[in-house]
Amino acid sequence: MMNNRALTRARFIASPYIIWAALFIIAPLIFVIYYSFTNASGAFTLDNIRMLSKYLPTFLRSIWFGIAATLICLLLAFPVAYIISQKSDVIQRTMVLLVMLPMWMSFLIRTYSWMAILQDTGIINSFLTKLGIDPVHMINTGPAVILGMVYNFLPYMILPIYSVMAKLDTSMTEACQDLGGNRLTVIRRCIIPMSMPGVVSGITMVFVPSVSTFYISQKLGGGSFDLIGDVIERQFQQSYNYNLGASLSLVLMILILISMAFMNKFSSGEGEMVI
Amino acid sequence: MKSLSRLYTVLIFLFLYAPIAVLIVYSFNGSSSTVVLSGFSLKWYKMLLADRTTLKAFYNTLILAVTSSLSATVIGTAASVGIEKFRKSAFRSSLMAVTNIPMMDPEIVTGVSMMLLFVFIGRIIRTTSVLGFGTLLIAHITFNLPYVILTVLPKLRQTDKNLSEAAQDLGCKPVSAFFKVIIPAIMPGIITGMIMAFTLSLDDFIISYFTSGPGFQTLPIVIYSMTKKRVKPDMYALSALIFVSILILLILYNIVQQKSEERNSKVRQ
Repeated sequence: MMNNRALTRARFIASPYIIWAALFIIAPLIFVIYYSFTNASGAFTLDNIRMLSKYLPTFLRSIWFGIAATLICLLLAFPVAYIISQKSDVIQRTMVLLVMLPMWMSFLIRTYSWMAILQDTGIINSFLTKLGIDPVHMINTGPAVILGMVYNFLPYMILPIYSVMAKLDTSMTEACQDLGGNRLTVIRRCIIPMSMPGVVSGITMVFVPSVSTFYISQKLGGGSFDLIGDVIERQFQQSYNYNLGASLSLVLMILILISMAFMNKFSSGEGEMVI
Repeated sequence: MKSLSRLYTVLIFLFLYAPIAVLIVYSFNGSSSTVVLSGFSLKWYKMLLADRTTLKAFYNTLILAVTSSLSATVIGTAASVGIEKFRKSAFRSSLMAVTNIPMMDPEIVTGVSMMLLFVFIGRIIRTTSVLGFGTLLIAHITFNLPYVILTVLPKLRQTDKNLSEAAQDLGCKPVSAFFKVIIPAIMPGIITGMIMAFTLSLDDFIISYFTSGPGFQTLPIVIYSMTKKRVKPDMYALSALIFVSILILLILYNIVQQKSEERNSKVRQ
């Protein structure tokens, strides 16, 4: 009797959120599906889905760039996270703040600033010219786009790995050392397996925004390295083909869901291997 | 090994801060070039302070961040209290799965899906300008809510279930027991969630880009339309100012936190 009343009260207090979630989380997704399978006048069609094959190269490029950026971030971030976690508390906190600080600045401006650095007559090249070295063409290339992704999303890789490492039980690593492991063995056999949860969440936190970005590729790729985000953005803001845009978004969403399911499976498999 | 790891850390931070250093240096540049430095000047800062659109956008961004984070905090805290009481049930786990959607979906998909909903509503009520402050507010509350819920829920789980019963035994009505006992106990979680929501809303570009109209523009959107053409260094000046104010805020926050930690350890002693 009492329990029932508590449940009713719980439903009541959560009801604004339940209604909100139905209206603004669920309904928009239904609209994505609805627009994907209809044309501009609202009649059922599969044309949008058929059109998708045209964008297969763009999808593949997005996935490839996303994987490259994620791997580079992982390679760069893991040592940083480890180094930070070995410092004293005050230094740890300061360094974490320094990692987070750039994220609070508009990523648009920071990406734009990279243009000034990488341009043919930019900061790096004018420096090279002064040294008597021939300028290097960097802007509007694939690597420049990947660099932009790595730059923008590196903190998302450092922070989760660091937060797992900071909580690691030091007695575990000490035990590993006592059993005769040298520094590298401790890292390879002990630190790396134990920080897997941080690595997994870092990978998703970098891969998802990299695959779906649309600004970085426009600025650093100069329009010749269209990613799927660019195509979606154009359907909604320039060509006003909402139906095609919706079907592209639907595929992107499914792609992300599949890769996340894959990551989760992969990570639990790793965990069992460690045990 | 030690000097190697120090060199590596320096290089990584150099990489993270290079573009920020560049824009701060060029915000004091005498010409509008982003390559040649020609003397120290404050003219871009003066230009910025005279720029009506940028200042208006800055004001809009603040209004939106305050209203959306406050609303998300109220709705989200209430939701967490309810969700905590649902215990383990299919309803609870599906509600949590829905809560995770805005956090897991790519931002562009969240933005686009909300835009489709708003456009559809606009077609029904026959207006062409449905996108504006209202739609932005709805979008921001929506992407803020999961962060509030996921910071408040763990705090609720940590609080003693008997606290509210004890208060009621002492003569408190359930409602006032809730406000006098539960809310203070979960206050740290509520504050963290609210700050998180505020900063997310302040910084958001992608979702705002798809859910805003020409009538109400936030700072990231104004910056975006400027970077489509050539950015004048007054944008650099603005970013430098934002950077310095965030830096000061963070240092202050750090000092306050350290002081309170010292006080706590003294009390414990």
